Amino acid sequence: MAKIVVDGLEYEVDSDNNLLQECLSQGLDLPYFCWHPCMGSVGACRQCAVKQYRDADDKDGLLVMACMTPASDGAIISIEDEQARDMRERVIESLMISHPHDCPVCEEGGECHLQDMTLMSGHNYRRYDKKKRTHRNQYLGPFINHEMNRCITCYRCVRYYDDYAGGTDLVAQASHHHTYFGRHEEGVLESEFSGNLVEVCPTGVFTDKAFSEHYARKWDLQSAPSVCTGCAVGCNTTPGERYGTLRRIVNRYNSEVNGYFLCDRGRFGFDYVNSDARLTTPVRQVNGVSTAIAESQWQALLEEFTSGEVIGIGSPRASNESNFALRCLVGDSHFYSGMSDSEHGATQLILELARDRAFHSPSIRDIERADAVLVLGEDLTNVAPRIALALRQSVRNKAKELAASCNIPRWQDAAVRELAQHERSPLALLSGYATRLEDVASDSLIDTPAVLANIGHAIAAKLSDKAPAPVALASDYSAAVSRIAEQLAKAQRPLIIAGTCAGDVALIRAAANIARALHASSGQVTDLCLVVPEVNSIGVGLLANKDNLLSAALEKMHSAAVKKVIVLENDLYRRAGHQVVTDALASVEHLLVVDQLPTATTAKAHTLLPTTAFSEHEATYVNYEGRAQLSFQVQRNQSSAMPAWRWFSDRRQGNVEAIVNRCAEEAKDFAKLDDLLPDVKQFVAGMKVPRQSHRYSGRTAMIANLNVHEPKQPVDDESVLAFSMEGIPSMKDATILGAAWAPSWNSNQAISKFQDEVNGELKQGHTGSLLIERTDPNASYFAVDKPAKKGKKGALQVAMAYQIFGSDELSARSHSIQKRMTDAYIGISPEDAEALGLVQGDSVSLNGNGDLATACIRSRIKPGTAAVYCGDNQINAHSIGESLLISKSAARSDDRGISGLIVSDLYEEGY
Amino acid sequence: MVTKPLTKNIDMTRGPLAIAAYESADGYQSVQVIAGGMSPEAVLQLVRDSGLKGRGGAGFPTGLKWSFVPQGENSPAQKYLVVNADEMEPGTFKDRLLMEGDPHLLIEGMIIASYAIQASMAYLFLRGEYTASERALKKAIGEAYDKGLLGKNILGTGFNLDIVLHTSAGRYICGEETALLNALEGKRATPRAKPPFPQVSGLWGKPTIVNNVETICNLPGILTYGVDWYHGLTKGSDHGSKLFGVSGKVKTPGCWELPLGTPIRELLEDYAGGMRDGLQLKGFLPGGGSTDFMLPEHLDLHLDYAEIASVGSRLATGTMIILDNKTCPVGMVGNLMKFFAHESCGFCTPCRDGLPWVDEIFNEFESGRGNEKDLQILHEHVDYLGPGRTFCALAPGATAPLGSGLKYFAEDFQRHIDEKCCPYKH
Repeated sequence: MAKIVVDGLEYEVDSDNNLLQECLSQGLDLPYFCWHPCMGSVGACRQCAVKQYRDADDKDGLLVMACMTPASDGAIISIEDEQARDMRERVIESLMISHPHDCPVCEEGGECHLQDMTLMSGHNYRRYDKKKRTHRNQYLGPFINHEMNRCITCYRCVRYYDDYAGGTDLVAQASHHHTYFGRHEEGVLESEFSGNLVEVCPTGVFTDKAFSEHYARKWDLQSAPSVCTGCAVGCNTTPGERYGTLRRIVNRYNSEVNGYFLCDRGRFGFDYVNSDARLTTPVRQVNGVSTAIAESQWQALLEEFTSGEVIGIGSPRASNESNFALRCLVGDSHFYSGMSDSEHGATQLILELARDRAFHSPSIRDIERADAVLVLGEDLTNVAPRIALALRQSVRNKAKELAASCNIPRWQDAAVRELAQHERSPLALLSGYATRLEDVASDSLIDTPAVLANIGHAIAAKLSDKAPAPVALASDYSAAVSRIAEQLAKAQRPLIIAGTCAGDVALIRAAANIARALHASSGQVTDLCLVVPEVNSIGVGLLANKDNLLSAALEKMHSAAVKKVIVLENDLYRRAGHQVVTDALASVEHLLVVDQLPTATTAKAHTLLPTTAFSEHEATYVNYEGRAQLSFQVQRNQSSAMPAWRWFSDRRQGNVEAIVNRCAEEAKDFAKLDDLLPDVKQFVAGMKVPRQSHRYSGRTAMIANLNVHEPKQPVDDESVLAFSMEGIPSMKDATILGAAWAPSWNSNQAISKFQDEVNGELKQGHTGSLLIERTDPNASYFAVDKPAKKGKKGALQVAMAYQIFGSDELSARSHSIQKRMTDAYIGISPEDAEALGLVQGDSVSLNGNGDLATACIRSRIKPGTAAVYCGDNQINAHSIGESLLISKSAARSDDRGISGLIVSDLYEEGY
Repeated sequence: MVTKPLTKNIDMTRGPLAIAAYESADGYQSVQVIAGGMSPEAVLQLVRDSGLKGRGGAGFPTGLKWSFVPQGENSPAQKYLVVNADEMEPGTFKDRLLMEGDPHLLIEGMIIASYAIQASMAYLFLRGEYTASERALKKAIGEAYDKGLLGKNILGTGFNLDIVLHTSAGRYICGEETALLNALEGKRATPRAKPPFPQVSGLWGKPTIVNNVETICNLPGILTYGVDWYHGLTKGSDHGSKLFGVSGKVKTPGCWELPLGTPIRELLEDYAGGMRDGLQLKGFLPGGGSTDFMLPEHLDLHLDYAEIASVGSRLATGTMIILDNKTCPVGMVGNLMKFFAHESCGFCTPCRDGLPWVDEIFNEFESGRGNEKDLQILHEHVDYLGPGRTFCALAPGATAPLGSGLKYFAEDFQRHIDEKCCPYKH
């Protein structure tokens, strides 16, 4: 701690930070552009000039850039000094020289940091009367607009995209006032995190393309705090709605989870909510003919499910409340998680490890702090993208260490990078195919899951002699094994990552053994991050019985042992083999399916009930670390759709708080779920919090084309939020903070006003509740799995591949995501391709069963193995098996092709 | 007694001396001194004692700069010497003379500097357009390797040194030492924040000394002939000799090695032959495009760092640009502003967006559309682009001729406004 004086007032600050950050932490207004809370300082924009004095007697002082000056003890500065103010006014004047001043037609208008800073710096009248410099814009893909004329050259975009997120195709080009930020040629931005440019850019150079197509001003959007349902990380988001359609998603800060950044699936994968295909009415389906049914009819049909034996198949993409309500309806023993057998088993194993006191499940922030990481099997960029982005930060811990040893402050971003160059903290990747993190990896070993698990056991055995010995390992791996073991052993905060997506539970066991060996040797709780694929995989995993396998349910259905089945928001054709599901569903007497969108399963339903989408209901989800988070309702669903839990509840009554409370009381591990509910008592005079901003416009005119009378605002009986502008906005309580706004701060940069300190926790907010208590004393090591049997001769051993755009069921129904999706592909080695006479892009028949995929020859795939990407369930993953025979096919599978595929090792002949 | 250690071997009517001829003219004697057992610390002390100041423009004491390089067991083993041969200062052509005229002198100096800071790798960052220098240096480096003066275990000292000749893709900003390092690493040539200084974290994050060509060329003499000899070269308070150049409308523009402390009048009248007939001296930039104007009344000052600084300018590269009474000073300053605006790297706001505005205003003055408001804006930019406000010294350098031009030639600026044209053209 240090004391500094700003304009005569004394503040306690952290001397490890710079003056700008500390001024903002103190709530002072000081304009800036190039500094970013997560990316530190480079001193490019010169906007945060302040006057610094040597001592109390120094009356002249010297201009310094606050972002480049340490907040050292005793520093005396002035923000208000006339010379400093003048400098800041000059800077904003020069920044605005070529800016087009097109705020009225600019998507950024109203939440533009440049607008805010221009006002704050006092630049009102333009004196520049010469020609402006202009640029040409580029096509950057379906997500992002490019309008370079608005650029103020703060370098934030490339610092984020390249330095922070590891992109390579967005660069600063040309020089002087022609400096240009773009690609070398037009084309899709390759990074999976490109959408953050929209929020990183302080003005409207990079804007949200899908949002532009149905644009509304920030203040006209109705919004509420939400949680992304794209994967199991559970990033916090703020979706915005107007005229009944969801318009966009922006990041909502959570210090432990997503911080300031989302992935592109999360940001752009929402518009299935607006889809015309949404289910809107309860229907009865007989022989493929569906008939809308009235309330009395569906009430009667639902009544059938309240007695007798009913199978309830839950879903990892449904909320805790819906899964819990279904479980209550059908009883524990008839409730199934709805995951495939292998995934259910793997999830249960993960939950077992989640109770083990030897381990800790790291948050995204914890992952960023890791100083040696081993990833076993998972393709994180495609299954839990935000973790991949966090790992890109973890490898920089080495740089920060080096900087500390040279007395370079960690916030001196460029200096730290220049010092460290390519020195990184170790990141070892063990995977079935080359992943997108390879460029920052210290080791990347590519092999079959069985071999990778064995390498894992070998590492564990190096770390502790109590760990079981691996089976014989190819000698070319021994050096890597020793190296990785040594790196993990030397680390202060080692981290082991595995998960269910690599499709082999042996990898999870091996990961646990390594973590246990580390725990044994260091005596410290070890970070073990076990990744699952869907938003509520962990939630439903906790609710479902360990032994309730989907195959057993399907068998009971097939054998007609149980005649009534409810399927909750789940397409069973993604969970088991095609024929098995078809046979099972065909034998059911009454199949009730509730879902948002039509699927292969809803087509088979006898009764089909529409449910609300994530933005249309309040719900809780449990992320990969066991963190339960509350997502509020943003908009009303105007159709007959209801939250699934309500369909299952008695007389369709009750509110979400009641079911959350009941779940907390009754369900094991969910005791802390009700902590998530905001305390109504804390609100002023019991007034609700408005979802609409105080500037929300057009309320009286919005439906004037239909009716000139302004209808009563819809009432929200369920939550502390109101579908209205009225009420007391959440100025400080961050639990219910939708869009951050503070006087003079209309952009997302207003978030610093809600943080304890810059990058700290939100004031009064909480980061979610960690549900699972670690009560089990140290369990023992897992035994080493026996090596798998060899497959058929000539068959390829299969690893499942994932794509950020396509592997997630719901986001794959969104327009912008569909523009990035590719055909299902089979990744094979150049050697196998040659042997099979395949070239890049050929159509390939799988096992001769009619499944087709595109050949994707990848230089880093091991001969004899294949990485299969199923597309949007274009291929049934459960029909493939562990080994695969492929041949060239004349038929084409899909017109998407794979040219949009972004992988690092696409094979090009001649290279 | 050698009086012109920098240029004694240079005769532009012939090619540079080959290594044998160079050696017989006391060449590489300093390397023999080192081979004779002189420690790096002793070399460093000798250079400190010599009082040599950097000849690239800033005039920072060379020995002091070297002493910031961390030495000893805990310091990074790899250190680098980088020679800044990206000579792009307007009006400056002194390093070119040295490299084209006597490349072995530079290589000899590089061996000394590398030895003193214990760098086993030295980079010569050469301006891309200097193709003749490139040819001469390539040949000389090859000869030095052949003689065992470069490479492993030089002259049995156990000291290793490799020299890499890097021809730059150009840009004025590469003369800024940290932008040069970025360029050498293959990155955008934008300056780095200081601190950390390159001596601590420089090329590829390792301790690095960046010295100008002429600075390095001073070293062989100091080691070969000694500090006392070196101190005897000067006529003023700074030590050694220096290359001085004169360009502009003088009778014999050129570049000469003279003792520091030589009167400006002597350089201008005796060496450059005085003004061309019919022209009078109106002012001059003493050390390249980024120095403040001086006036005829300053001619009796001496070419000495402190003395030039006393009238608000800088000796800098020591290469004068002459302004005569028939050339428009507004046009001259405008031409420089165009250069600086174009050469701004684009990193920090005042330089990137301020200089083009200044340039635009000069265009308007030139075409008769100058006005009082714009004149006021020019004055404001002198402060706005000044030291401490921008990220590096490029823009403050540009304000030197701008600020002094506005001060000394105010009448000319006013006439452009009043007469709505350039008075020198009509």
